Amino acid sequence: MVRVGILGLQGDVLEHYELLKEIEGVEPVIVKDARSLALVDALVIPGGESTTIGRLIEMRGLRDYIIERVRSGMPILGTCAGTILLATRVEDREVGEVRQPLLKVMDIHVLRNAFGRQKDSFEAEVDIESIGRVKGAFIRAPIIKKAWGKAKIIGRIKHPVLGKIGVAAIQDNMLAVVFHPEITGDNKVHLFLIDMAKGRM
Amino acid sequence: MKLVDSYIFLEKLRDFMYSLLEQRDRLREEGKEVLPLRTATPLVRYGFISMFKGGVIMDVTNEEQANIAEDAGAVGVMVLDKLPYDVRRAGGVARTADLNTIKNIMSTITIPVSAKCRIGHYYEARLLEEIGVDLIDESEVLTPVDEKAHINKWVFSVPFVNGARSLPEALRRIGEGASMIRTKGEAGTGNVAEAVKHMKLVNRDIALLRSYIESGDEEALRIYARQNSVPYELVLLTARLGRLPVVNFAAGGIATPADAALMMWLGADGVFVGSGIFKSQDPENRAKAIVLATAFWDDPETVAEAQAMVSERHAMIGIDITKLKPEELLQVRGE
Repeated sequence: MVRVGILGLQGDVLEHYELLKEIEGVEPVIVKDARSLALVDALVIPGGESTTIGRLIEMRGLRDYIIERVRSGMPILGTCAGTILLATRVEDREVGEVRQPLLKVMDIHVLRNAFGRQKDSFEAEVDIESIGRVKGAFIRAPIIKKAWGKAKIIGRIKHPVLGKIGVAAIQDNMLAVVFHPEITGDNKVHLFLIDMAKGRM
Repeated sequence: MKLVDSYIFLEKLRDFMYSLLEQRDRLREEGKEVLPLRTATPLVRYGFISMFKGGVIMDVTNEEQANIAEDAGAVGVMVLDKLPYDVRRAGGVARTADLNTIKNIMSTITIPVSAKCRIGHYYEARLLEEIGVDLIDESEVLTPVDEKAHINKWVFSVPFVNGARSLPEALRRIGEGASMIRTKGEAGTGNVAEAVKHMKLVNRDIALLRSYIESGDEEALRIYARQNSVPYELVLLTARLGRLPVVNFAAGGIATPADAALMMWLGADGVFVGSGIFKSQDPENRAKAIVLATAFWDDPETVAEAQAMVSERHAMIGIDITKLKPEELLQVRGE
């Protein structure tokens, strides 16, 4: 049994939970404190507002616990807001440099709200290296502008305005996607995370 | 049944109503490639709303307040010309907020920006969509222009939230294309009593529908639909899902961290705070405390910590609802 935690501070926690519950051999767990974080084999940072989730991580003193587990090799998946929280460098298309608290564990440069506002949100399919074609909902989504060091962009889409842009990246045990596979119900990204966790067990 | 299944069902319902599938198939037959990116689909509307869950959306009137809200950890702001409490006191006609104020706030903060339009005011809604507002609240706090009919929200690319006092009212709004529901409560009073009443009424009806479906009484579902002027498909969907088929927030009178936790405990997916924050004397702390209490509503220890961050002496005074004249009630606008 693989215990997959979902950081349950804010956002579409339920969608991740319901998707993971249908995968055989997986026990989804909602993680809201350090104690439950210590018991999971992998962690998902869901979609939601990255500023809110970041603020609550800070208020509850969870930052160091999460970073410690990531550094010790626990596989982690960030979707949309989760990607923003993992990134070392974050900008907003409209506002520029942001002042939100981040985990800063992945060597990627993320641009928030890159496609515009909610009316510009869309659905698209993405080809991701070693995962395959994934259906994703891009909701006020960020993009991955750059990856360096051990981080690597593994998924791109062709956007009519922005051209070819990075939407998925990996760095060791960390996987970041800027879209929501949990909203379209596509479980391939989650299966990849579970395989990473199994590889360590 | 999963919540995302209901989104897919609602998307199909919309496709059916507008024969969009037919059009798409026609394009395919003519050999034209269907765009690989499908923009502003119903799924990304419901999905966007799903991201608000467990969060607080705060009413603001200017950039300064919007910054306070963002720093406190709000999942979004709602821009108004006047806070509901001041709308009550000012009287006259309450309309959508100044578009320039909304635009300035959109370029100041990174979180989603919502705004209110009057019930039935199709064109105010179009303008809000045009300038790029992320969510439109067709709200009883503003003066309605059409008491009989709400806006047809299916034709917009921006999601809508509507207030409701009961399950039939909520399902009628969803049938008109609302992507999100909130309780009406009694806005601008600082009194959460009406929001509690509305949330419990919705919960009670859902439990009733659930009991019908568990006992296989399909006839009772049809009678419920007919008696309450609600589409049968939505009654069936709600019964099968055991909850509202879209995200449901609490609103109307929330003034303290304990109020927010109470509404979450009653089953709300998140809360709107109107006058409660910026009509208090400790808005920064109160905003942070309500965010904390909403996220950790299931942990009384943390809610107590949040409640201790604010002082009752600084809370908004509030209005006794029983002292309001019938014509002063906002919740009766637009059934």
